[in-house]
Amino acid sequence: MNKLVANATAAITGIEDNMTLMLGGFGLCGIPENCITALVEAGVTGLTCISNNAGVDDFGLGLLLQKKQIRKMVSSYVGENDEFERQMLTGELEVDLIPQGSLAARCYAGGAGIPAFYTPAGYGTEVAAGKEVREFNGKPHILEEALAADFAIVKAWKGDRFGNLIYNGPARNFNPAMAMAGKITIAEVEEIVEPGELDPNFIHTPGVFVQRIFQGSNYEKRIEQRTVRQRES
Amino acid sequence: MLDKIGIAKRIAQELRDGWYVNLGIGIPTLVANYVPEGIKVIFQSENGILGMGPFPYEGEEDADYINAGKQTVTILPGGSIFDSVTSFAMIRGQHIQLTVLGAMEVADNGDIANWKIPGKMVKGMGGAMDLVASADNIVVAMMHTNKRGDSKLLKKCTLPLTGVACVSRVVTNLAVMDICPDGFKLLERAPGVSVDEIKAATEGRLMVEGEIPEIRI
Repeated sequence: MNKLVANATAAITGIEDNMTLMLGGFGLCGIPENCITALVEAGVTGLTCISNNAGVDDFGLGLLLQKKQIRKMVSSYVGENDEFERQMLTGELEVDLIPQGSLAARCYAGGAGIPAFYTPAGYGTEVAAGKEVREFNGKPHILEEALAADFAIVKAWKGDRFGNLIYNGPARNFNPAMAMAGKITIAEVEEIVEPGELDPNFIHTPGVFVQRIFQGSNYEKRIEQRTVRQRES
Repeated sequence: MLDKIGIAKRIAQELRDGWYVNLGIGIPTLVANYVPEGIKVIFQSENGILGMGPFPYEGEEDADYINAGKQTVTILPGGSIFDSVTSFAMIRGQHIQLTVLGAMEVADNGDIANWKIPGKMVKGMGGAMDLVASADNIVVAMMHTNKRGDSKLLKKCTLPLTGVACVSRVVTNLAVMDICPDGFKLLERAPGVSVDEIKAATEGRLMVEGEIPEIRI
């Protein structure tokens, strides 16, 4: 079994206009930088992107927004991006904002064969518009449906050719749930290791969820809010 | 009157030993700096951290280690890392004992609005809707009035809601109030602020019973 492909360009083969993609990451942390660059180069348009955030103006999904390749964003938080805000307010970009926990659970549900679930998040708000409401234990909940994607694109720290993945720190975030939910899941990793090198006890995403994997290069890993403390002298 | 740090210090008095606590962005984040001596709390960040520590020393920041405000952070010994599904299981499943977040408006029935100003600002709700819908103990940190002096403590929120009848306590630059069936119940007033000033700055129903002590920080 070998899911290894040469690079991002090979990995995104088959991504076409108007497809739905899931992209892992929280802010700029744990985003598939190489595949985003490859998508910009490929020039696919009309994309629906499911991602917690929309990048910043000149990095992450902001690069696809600049080129107007995204038709619709499904996210929980989209601040920090002026071009995004401009396209949203002019109506060029369709935006579906959903609570962060519901977003994660909807991705998980999509990958786990759960078509829908009830959650209290968003009850009594705009998010609940048009959704079924049902009481459990005296508390109202809304019905949220699973999300599906033609491709899920995730970023991990290390992986092997079987598609097993481990993540580093909170760069894990949405990546494991999205990895489960893609019809085809692409994993870009900082380091490809030989099968057996990753301890099976500590695999975060089992290889069954991953169809293509490659070792990325030139990771910028940009920090949005560099915050440090001074050393006591 | 309290400044932002004063509000954070007062909220820090709500912390209890052994609690797991989620702090929102802004004033709530400052609460971590004023944990009372002798108690141990564990901070959760909804992007996937339990046991969030202080900011890293210069040169030790790591792009993979950020908090929900996208700031570089450290993890304390005994901390753990998990994915977003697990993180919100902690939140929705009521495993977190205290949630502190900011607000643009709070209504006297406990409704909160903090994610959208139609036509002007649409950043999204992030994790706020999940947090307020599930947590039992929600403390809001906010300014009592906006820059024009209009009350942000209302009979009814004017902005799109984040959650319904969910806030337990509000700490502002002027006062500490609980949400009760009859509205805001005044518990404490900021140093140098009179009950009348608080009444004037509160559009929602405000209950005042007996002597109202000053906040001590």
